[in-house]
Amino acid sequence: MADTYRYIGKALPRRDAVDIVTGATRFLDDNKQIKFPDLLHAKVLRSPHPHAVIKRIDCGKARRLKGVKAVLTWEDVPDWKGGTPRVVRILDRKVRYVGDAVALVAATSEETAKKALRLIDVEYEILPAVFDVDDALKPGAPQLHDDLPGNIATPGSGILGPKGLTQVVMGDVKKGFEEADVITEGTFGYEKTPNPIPPEPPGVVALWEDPNKATFWVANQSPYLDKIALYHNFGRKIDVRIHGGPCGGSYGSRTMSWQMQTYALLLSKATGRPVKLILTKGEHLATFTLRLGSRMRAKVGMKKDGTVTAVSGTWLVGTGHYSFSTQFMVGVGAGEAQLMVRCPNWDLRPIIVCTNRNASGPVRGFGGQELKCALIPLLCLAMEKAGVDPLEFFKKNFARPGDGYFWRDGIWYTYRGAEYWRAMEKGAERFDWREKWKGWLKPSSVSGTKRRGVGVGIHGNADVGEDSSEAYVQLRPDGTVLVNSNLTEHGTGQWSNLHKVVAEVLQLPLDRVTVTPSDTLFNPYEFGPSGSRGTYAIASALIAAAEDAKKKLFEIVAPALQAGPDELDTVDGMIFARSNPERKVPWRAMGFDRTVTGIGRFEHDYSMSNCMTTFVEVEVDTETGKVDLVRVVNATDVGQIMDPQALEGQLNGCLGSAGLDSALFEETILDPSTGRTLNANMIDYKWRTFSELPPIDNVVLETPFPTHRFGAIGVGEVATAPGPIAVLIAVSNAIGTWVHEYPLTPDKILRALGKIPPVRQGGVS
Amino acid sequence: MGTMKDSKRTSGRTPFISLTVNDQRYELEVGQGDDKLQVSDTLTHTLRETLGLTGTKLSCDNGACGCCTVLINGKARLSCMTLTVECDGKEIRTIEGLRDPKTRSLDPLQQAFVDHTAFQCGYCTPGMIMSAKALLNETPHPTEDEVKEALSGNFCRCISHYHVVRAVLAASEKMR
Repeated sequence: MADTYRYIGKALPRRDAVDIVTGATRFLDDNKQIKFPDLLHAKVLRSPHPHAVIKRIDCGKARRLKGVKAVLTWEDVPDWKGGTPRVVRILDRKVRYVGDAVALVAATSEETAKKALRLIDVEYEILPAVFDVDDALKPGAPQLHDDLPGNIATPGSGILGPKGLTQVVMGDVKKGFEEADVITEGTFGYEKTPNPIPPEPPGVVALWEDPNKATFWVANQSPYLDKIALYHNFGRKIDVRIHGGPCGGSYGSRTMSWQMQTYALLLSKATGRPVKLILTKGEHLATFTLRLGSRMRAKVGMKKDGTVTAVSGTWLVGTGHYSFSTQFMVGVGAGEAQLMVRCPNWDLRPIIVCTNRNASGPVRGFGGQELKCALIPLLCLAMEKAGVDPLEFFKKNFARPGDGYFWRDGIWYTYRGAEYWRAMEKGAERFDWREKWKGWLKPSSVSGTKRRGVGVGIHGNADVGEDSSEAYVQLRPDGTVLVNSNLTEHGTGQWSNLHKVVAEVLQLPLDRVTVTPSDTLFNPYEFGPSGSRGTYAIASALIAAAEDAKKKLFEIVAPALQAGPDELDTVDGMIFARSNPERKVPWRAMGFDRTVTGIGRFEHDYSMSNCMTTFVEVEVDTETGKVDLVRVVNATDVGQIMDPQALEGQLNGCLGSAGLDSALFEETILDPSTGRTLNANMIDYKWRTFSELPPIDNVVLETPFPTHRFGAIGVGEVATAPGPIAVLIAVSNAIGTWVHEYPLTPDKILRALGKIPPVRQGGVS
Repeated sequence: MGTMKDSKRTSGRTPFISLTVNDQRYELEVGQGDDKLQVSDTLTHTLRETLGLTGTKLSCDNGACGCCTVLINGKARLSCMTLTVECDGKEIRTIEGLRDPKTRSLDPLQQAFVDHTAFQCGYCTPGMIMSAKALLNETPHPTEDEVKEALSGNFCRCISHYHVVRAVLAASEKMR
């Protein structure tokens, strides 16, 4: 199919490429001086205690400092609340993690704002804190929120609909376990809450205008969602407008920006001037979005052939000090578990737990990676007992047409997506899996102190067709097109792809297509690029709008060509009857004094999924405990490649944004005696460098996906998810013993090998 | 803004420093006050806030990520770890100064980044390109390992590394 398209599937320069390589792209902090001559700079005074009540706060000295325009504390702000449920006050008398906001300062310079922070005198009544999810559930545990008794965030959410998925309960697990050949049980965790660390610091500029207008300039992934979250948090009385712009990395994390956005707005309201708040990298690492913590206490039953007969257990989901989106993530994660394991009997009950640490939220994935990295180790133990190869297990168990699952809205969907076992098989061939797989806990090769092992992981998400997107496509008599879409570029190349999609439908030169800036004032609703939905959901809205516009254009022009609208076609701004392409008229035949606007909307559809399989080979040095990633093979089926270079970038992203390396060295280290993040800087927080790049092979099948105009489906989000579990399996095989604690730093390897003593209980590990 | 072009230095204690950025000479007055160059100002700050050259990006502000890389006398340097007062008499080149000043055509390295889509979000890209530029200045035809070594201080979270290595090697090949 690929060669029948003019743009789709072609490697073309990205629309924003020249701006990016010349430094001309205006990220949020790059254009303030131009737009806001009277801009103020904000800083946040943050709590040094993980749990405390502010007994007294004296801002007198700070307020008197020259250049300081406003200092706000919990006593000065309206009762605006956010979170799910909406129980988190924007500034509160109580602080709940090290880094929680205590006071906000706006000043004429950043330096002055920083000085002012040091002049604020706070007296705290320190409260006992809790950092472990099991401890937080115990009777008598410190309680974070009056409205969340037992530290449990209320499951479900109105946004997921009346039946929103809060658990996976179906069939008869008792019967399922009776049918099993092997049963395994245990507790497994994936709870080192790595940080996606987009390079651009989280930031915002806010402007308040009386009586009720709030305007924000953001660098976020989904500007329209910011508008909706803030509108509700502000009591549905404020007119919120969001200017989006290029986003210097998000990986989901910037979906959760309402707090800093509101800080800037409150300071603008207090001063009558625009206010900018940009987090330092230290604040970014210690106070901005972390991955969810995940701990699962569960039991699975399996037959000798890899059929899963029952899954039961409790999934403790650590959300940090509050939940913004964890309920939705649990719903999606629980759905994704069913996509991966065909099993008729489930009793899996999630509990969302609050502890005194920085909050978790969306991080390149939405619940499923966290769930699987804790569930698959348990399934692996069963596979080991049953003698089942994990590749065969995944091939057998991943959803196939006709299978069903409850998705996040609690509705049962019958799967009509692709058959991904073919891609898994192709990936296995490329990786040489059958040669390298020697059985559970067996290395694929040993050379002195170096032992190699292989592993495989899998992930698929039915959110490829999630939520809604809208677009307008306006055709102009001069043969150009204006597209109203609120999508911003955040690295996937989708903004550029939208131009391709519209130009393809309308058969126009690419440079005749312009997409509006992201601005909620004049663009229609756009959920934004998450869940790999850019290709299937967002692009489909534009395709529908372009088709609608074309249809309307043909209706107007048909009489001039003495043909029916259905008989017409257009190429390069000329319209003709397919039966007589010689006789043609330009678009201006619509009339010079008009435009033609098509409207497109995408409605959610959860009956299909994408799927990524990742094979890894690792080499463990049994002397030093260091694990090297030797090779990675990703395998997927995308239906139709939209842009090969962008796609490859997304697949290589398996190594970035708190993905595969969460199993090797990425972690947020919390000191359990103080609640402080010990590695909130980019030297102590470990990340992969150019010098340690393993070879990556990406095996991409293109089996056209029938319900998309170009047969395509997105895969960007899921690249990160299969890696960690693949690494865990590979390392366990290499060293011949199970290792279950992420990340597999040298100390854990040497401990598993019995070369260093076990961790003392009660100490700081 | 305390920015003067081609003005005379005051004798004795020199309250002015001069530096050349992208072939343009600037004299900056050192002293107290918002309109002067503070001795504590980093080169990132001066480039972005005083000279308006926002192509140089600030990310970690701690010398760890390479986003702020510029060329100082032809060598790749972290502008967030460099005080502007240290740059007296030095030649600085930023991402804005790579295009041919007359024809506005892209530097072959920039063109290779475009051709290979050697970026995703693009925030780390100016720093990547400046690090690679310094490498090609010194080693016009590097090996793949030399490219990786030269870029090992540049953080990218989207993982555009593989495209970047390809782009740098392609640019090097084109310049043969």
